[in-house]
Amino acid sequence: MEKATEIVSQIKGKKITAVEVLNRYLRTIKEKDGEIRAFLEVFSESAAAQARAVDEKAAAGLPLGRLAGVPVAIKDNMLYKGHKASCASKILENYISPYTATAVQNLIDADAVIIGRTNMDEFAMGSSTENSAFRPTRNPADTSRVPGGSSGGSAAAVAAGMCPLALGSDTGGSVRQPAAFCGTYGLKPTYGSVSRYGLVAFASSLDQIGVFANSIEDTELAFSVISSHDPKDATSVKYPENKIPGGVKGLRIGLPKEYAAGSGAMDAEVARLFGETVQKLKELGAVFAEISLPHTRYALPAYYIAASSEASSNLGRFDGIRYGLSAQGGTLADVYKKTRGQGFGPEVKRRIMLGTYSLSAGYYDAYYLKAQKTRTLIKRDFDEAFGEVDVIFTPTTPSPAFRFGEKVSDPVAMYLSDIFTIPCNLAGLCGLSIPAGKSGKGLPIGAQFLAKPFNEAVMFKLGEELAHAG
Amino acid sequence: MEITEKDVEHIAELARLELAAEEKKLYTGQLKSIFGWMEELNKADTASVPPTSNVLGAANPLREDKPFYFEDREAILKNAPGREYDFIKVKKVIE
Repeated sequence: MEKATEIVSQIKGKKITAVEVLNRYLRTIKEKDGEIRAFLEVFSESAAAQARAVDEKAAAGLPLGRLAGVPVAIKDNMLYKGHKASCASKILENYISPYTATAVQNLIDADAVIIGRTNMDEFAMGSSTENSAFRPTRNPADTSRVPGGSSGGSAAAVAAGMCPLALGSDTGGSVRQPAAFCGTYGLKPTYGSVSRYGLVAFASSLDQIGVFANSIEDTELAFSVISSHDPKDATSVKYPENKIPGGVKGLRIGLPKEYAAGSGAMDAEVARLFGETVQKLKELGAVFAEISLPHTRYALPAYYIAASSEASSNLGRFDGIRYGLSAQGGTLADVYKKTRGQGFGPEVKRRIMLGTYSLSAGYYDAYYLKAQKTRTLIKRDFDEAFGEVDVIFTPTTPSPAFRFGEKVSDPVAMYLSDIFTIPCNLAGLCGLSIPAGKSGKGLPIGAQFLAKPFNEAVMFKLGEELAHAG
Repeated sequence: MEITEKDVEHIAELARLELAAEEKKLYTGQLKSIFGWMEELNKADTASVPPTSNVLGAANPLREDKPFYFEDREAILKNAPGREYDFIKVKKVIE
């Protein structure tokens, strides 16, 4: 698998052109995507124009950006001016972005080539891409299984070598879980470190744009490009200068006892492979300690109430008036109801109902407020843990990728596949899923680091040393 | 916790969602089971705990109240299902 960092150095060294790189990836997409179905649309024309512009810059001897000529896929909930952004929903099927998301603009400014938009669970609600209104994406490691979600298309595209980098969004694990299922790296940056201007909002207090890559170096590079302080996003913050750790030796790593094997439905192979990675980190000189996050069991219900409540409010804008599907009806209220009834899929409706109920008169205190208070308890658990350790290490998911249809009829079972990734979003931490080997059946397994806000550097250091140790 | 089809109809009305009869039935069962699972939260002692709305504890950033032009008005208007001149068409709301 070719790395983005290698592509950049080859283009800068004039060994290859951006057009050649793009054409190679377009060929791979043609060969593989009929089966994988990671892309909803390949931006062949605009990508070719971008690649030519990079080559012209190179020929003119002008300085090239940090992602010069690297094809990058974007999740279908990110705006790119003049291109469709549908959130894999019928309600936005033909929406054309009037402006470009800041994270995407940062890629373009670094001379990256935007190769296409990838499939996802509708409005990022789901853990398998089965909720896409168009078609599910298949896992490149085993096409009878889901790629995870909600950013399943981005994960599958990178895992299958159809692009070296892709952006996703992570509200409760939607980058890390598919990264684990497909065998790529997946970064959920600190809340506020990547602008969400131009990312279609799902749950604003939890959403964050993240990165898929096939190497730790590419993950770091892409993060450094997309991370910026943006006045157009009120929750965007200036990334503080932090001390970069010298190495893994002496780093204190916490293993939450609530996440350990036997505490829930953890697959035996996940536990074994996770244990092997722990052993490797010990050999690199990391010091392990058991920690406790006592409120872990409240994370999932608190998340589903908070996220669904925010979603029910954010999705109020899809009313058939300003954009998207518009169903005809008698009164204005009929237009709203019919448009939304026809335009949203089952999971989106379920969450709108769940959220509307949680926020409705008489239930607000019992559900929404209770969830936000519980969130404080979960955050305090982490604050306390980070007093004792530098980073926390857990499996990314309790089991490897499941089969299509396995969890569709049981929403709670589907929600449980995010049990290890959700607390990170509730507490505003950063998280990184790394490949941690394959099961006996050849299914990828992921392990995740969690660090304090703005401490991505410590996770990158751990990822680098692990990758180099082999 | 009890959720009836009537509750589901009320919530759907608040959410401006038209639901088919079989959807009402489906969501009545599913919401009951999801909220049943959420009862777990009642075991958390939150008596003196403040709610978290912004995880970084950040305050609202303010900017000058100054209008500015969007670079491509046409691109916004083109997405509107109903349009007349430079306006988005809406059904009559007041008789």
